[in-house]
Amino acid sequence: MIQIEKLRKTYRSRGRELTAVDGVDISVREGEIFGVLGRSGAGKSTLLRCVNLLERPDSGRVQVDGRDLLGLSGGELRAARQGIGMIHQHFGLLSSRTVAGNVAFPLEVMGVPRAERAARVDELLELVGLTEHAKAHPAQISGGQKQRVGIARALAGRPKVLLSDEATSALDPETTASILALLRDLRDRLGLTVLLITHEMDVVKRICDSAAIMRDGRVVESGTLRDLLLRPGSELARDLFPLPASEVRPGTTVVDVTFEGDAADRPFVSSLARTYAIDVNILGGAVEEVGGTRIGRLRIGLPGDPDLNAAQLAHLRDAGLTVEVHPTPGTEVAA
Amino acid sequence: MTWDEIWPLLRQGTVETLQMTLWSTVITAVFGVLLGLALVVTDRRGLAPVPAVHHLLGLVVNVGRSIPFIILLVALLPLTRALVGTTIGTTAAIVPLAISAIPFYARLVETSLREVDPGVVDAARAMGASRVQIAGKVLLREARPGLLAGLTVTFVALIGYSAMAGAIGGGGLGDIAIRYGYQRFENTVMIAVVAVIVVLVQVVQLLGDRLVRRLSHR
Repeated sequence: MIQIEKLRKTYRSRGRELTAVDGVDISVREGEIFGVLGRSGAGKSTLLRCVNLLERPDSGRVQVDGRDLLGLSGGELRAARQGIGMIHQHFGLLSSRTVAGNVAFPLEVMGVPRAERAARVDELLELVGLTEHAKAHPAQISGGQKQRVGIARALAGRPKVLLSDEATSALDPETTASILALLRDLRDRLGLTVLLITHEMDVVKRICDSAAIMRDGRVVESGTLRDLLLRPGSELARDLFPLPASEVRPGTTVVDVTFEGDAADRPFVSSLARTYAIDVNILGGAVEEVGGTRIGRLRIGLPGDPDLNAAQLAHLRDAGLTVEVHPTPGTEVAA
Repeated sequence: MTWDEIWPLLRQGTVETLQMTLWSTVITAVFGVLLGLALVVTDRRGLAPVPAVHHLLGLVVNVGRSIPFIILLVALLPLTRALVGTTIGTTAAIVPLAISAIPFYARLVETSLREVDPGVVDAARAMGASRVQIAGKVLLREARPGLLAGLTVTFVALIGYSAMAGAIGGGGLGDIAIRYGYQRFENTVMIAVVAVIVVLVQVVQLLGDRLVRRLSHR
């Protein structure tokens, strides 16, 4: 639904160059919620703004619903933007208009006749649960309600694609949860494709099907959430399951075991200990509910060097677990 | 002078002052908003960036604001004659009043428009709004309270300037203050004129503030 290829954007100010987006490829499938996670300054905001060409990339391609946006004329681009909804961190509502007036604004822009506009506004306010606040002004409603107005407004033109620019970053945790639930619900009901950017792992964990991690203008890893979490060495997994730093002593093996779904319910630790008659040390662990399935990561310590534990590791892998062995530091250091 | 003589003078002066200031305020509102909008829109980060035009307009505004009003009054006499056919009287005074107030108000307009949340402009662009739509439905609309507050300030300033216009035959309260109060040492007239002007300023400011509050939903 959204194809971004080799996208680059460089800003120049006072003779200095800053490459905000440095050759990014991202592909968002129809109906999925795709999250781009990164710290501030990672370039994710610029990336998102390049999708509807609020910023013009220096090179690369942007396709939304099969259309190459960079090739469009001014008028065609405006028409294309009407089919791409966008919600913003600070909502971007007109303070001079009521809630209903704000939702009607994109319809006016599109040239929808007045009578039709009123009916559509009612429908949209109902969709986000704001019918009774239709006549309030933005200054009179809460942050969560403002973002609901933003969402209703973004959906006015019946877009297939919704872009979300840190939509929950200005909200408290509970409001964030309700806005994320609304987004997922709308995706399910309207078949939207959502591309969101965020600096909060929690947002990705709660609603994303796929994710990309951005750093210094580049995507460092991307894929479906499940693949990323099960992939050894994945940053996303490390961030989601923070495990304490543990020192690997010679003569021991430290292993990170990632498990999901059914495997999470099987007692692999005790089975390992029983089968091989060894003591298994639990060094840390976390279990999270991600996209409806439970995924967890456990760090365990086994006696003996890694090469002595080959059978034990194979036992874990056979049980359908993802196993990652920590490297043992050089023996001369330990001696 | 007796009050029987003063009252008709005051009434006529007030009518003339209101004529001068109201008309010049209306003209200033139209051209000041256009000029202020042009300043914002042509700015380097504006909707239609044309830095050369922006700098030129900025220069024109600054020159306009630098010339002392009393000088402008005289300097504009030929223009006034060309526009209204005469250089004396209330109508003639409207020309220099408006021309001096337009650059002043344009700067106030510019400030108000710059205070419009750029996030709202961004949101409108993302919706596919055209530049004309953004200028009209976002910038001017969102800035309405500020535009009106600025116009109130301008109106009050014009009441002051109109007193000077009286000196070159513009009529109005200023003219009466000079001819009777100052030149003939009629202190009663002077005090009465000042009192009327104070009331006028108060009323204008009060009405302006009230309207601004009605429009403002922040």
